[in-house]
Amino acid sequence: MTNAFELTGRVSLFGLRAALGSFRRPFEGEQIIRQLSDIGSKTLPLVIASGFALGAIMSFHTRSTLVMFGATAIIPGVQALAFILEIGPLVTGLLVAGRVGSGIGAVLADMRATEQIDGMESLSIDSFKFLVVPRIIACTLALPVLTLFMDFSGLAGGYLSEYATSRLSLQLYMFRAFSHFQWTNFWPPTLKTCVFGFAIGTISSFFGYTTNEGAQGVGKAATSSVVLSSLMIILLDVLLIKVIFFLFPESAL
Amino acid sequence: MTNGHHAAIAFDRVSKSFGTKQVLSNVSWSVPEGEAVCILGRSGTGKSVTLKLIIALLKPDQGKIWIDQDDVGRLNGPHLSAVRRKIGYLFQDAALFDSLTLYENLALPLARLTQKSQGEIDEVVDRVLGEVGLAADKAKMPSELSGGMRKRAGLARALMLEPKILLADEPSSGLDRITAAEIDELLLKRKAEHKTTLIVVTHDVHGARRVADRLLVLDRGKVAAEGTVAEVEQSENEVVRKLAGSND
Repeated sequence: MTNAFELTGRVSLFGLRAALGSFRRPFEGEQIIRQLSDIGSKTLPLVIASGFALGAIMSFHTRSTLVMFGATAIIPGVQALAFILEIGPLVTGLLVAGRVGSGIGAVLADMRATEQIDGMESLSIDSFKFLVVPRIIACTLALPVLTLFMDFSGLAGGYLSEYATSRLSLQLYMFRAFSHFQWTNFWPPTLKTCVFGFAIGTISSFFGYTTNEGAQGVGKAATSSVVLSSLMIILLDVLLIKVIFFLFPESAL
Repeated sequence: MTNGHHAAIAFDRVSKSFGTKQVLSNVSWSVPEGEAVCILGRSGTGKSVTLKLIIALLKPDQGKIWIDQDDVGRLNGPHLSAVRRKIGYLFQDAALFDSLTLYENLALPLARLTQKSQGEIDEVVDRVLGEVGLAADKAKMPSELSGGMRKRAGLARALMLEPKILLADEPSSGLDRITAAEIDELLLKRKAEHKTTLIVVTHDVHGARRVADRLLVLDRGKVAAEGTVAEVEQSENEVVRKLAGSND
């Protein structure tokens, strides 16, 4: 238990240092763009494919239940709400934690093991600022955008499934999906993924940057990054939902 | 000389341990500017730790390490950065940044730490790569370089900020004798042309004899012998004689 508290404290201080570092010069714009590009190229196909499949699966399940009550007309609305409020942010977070978090942990741990980080420090380059801060910023910025792709592809999968079953037109699907929707239902859940991104970047960078176990540490850092990032996303989600309901009571549907 | 006022580097009663393992124990030695010192010793006797203490990648538990007038063990932030800029470090496996090309590896410190224009950076990178014989390879990634090329690239990067002190951690390890001799020649050329102080950690006695003005032999965390090659060869310590003696 003491170890868990100690780890939480160390990761929190690491994240705070990164947050403060992001406001100090140099701002590492080139590195941030490089990391954003890396995250996008690694994750976007995964997010779109997963979203599409989840949308279709959800449509199958909801239809089989709602058809018994003659309520198939609300399927698009249920899907839109489920995806935008919860499935999109949460699944995107978990996918990025698995795909990008493990990569960040492994790359930084490898750089530590092969003395590349020491090499950077020996050249008077602030390795934390150069390696860690851009990765955390990139994760924070990328998550909401990837979530939008997840939401869109989820609805696309749902629509195609509906179209295949009932020949529902796209206009009617969109109308039913968003007729009761408000902006306050959309942007707080989407922007909460910034917190997920910050957590993934911080936790993964922490395990990679602070390892001192040589080559063995690379595997450990990758595994720890994924496990703890995923757990933290789920725990943060519980907290953030309560915060959103408190700040935007009208979004509690 | 241990107060560091007349030496490029001076260790003053320095101790360093990792957990219960004492690596350096009350060690004092110094190097005048422009001299080449080779550090010999068995594995695990603190040779690489010594280099990392000099450039403050590690901090001593006790004692002081002087670079010119600065005790590097107590420096942080911009002051430490200023001292590090006087020092070049050739890592054992070169420690090139594997996501950057050779050109980017060399240009990085210049781009971040100097006011040079892109044209001036290109000029310096081309000149230094030419000096180490890698002018045609600047677009390559580190993974595309051979062991000898990586060492030379690591040396080139260590020289980018025109350091007064050059630290080399086993520059000949993993290389054939001819390539190792080429690296030694590059170190000697640097010393002769720029009066650079060299600290070379090595197991290669031939290389040490070629490069060193003086030898420093570490054993069990202490300085077992210090002096010219001839002086160290006369040591009464058997470990020292075995380490420093020619093993042909």
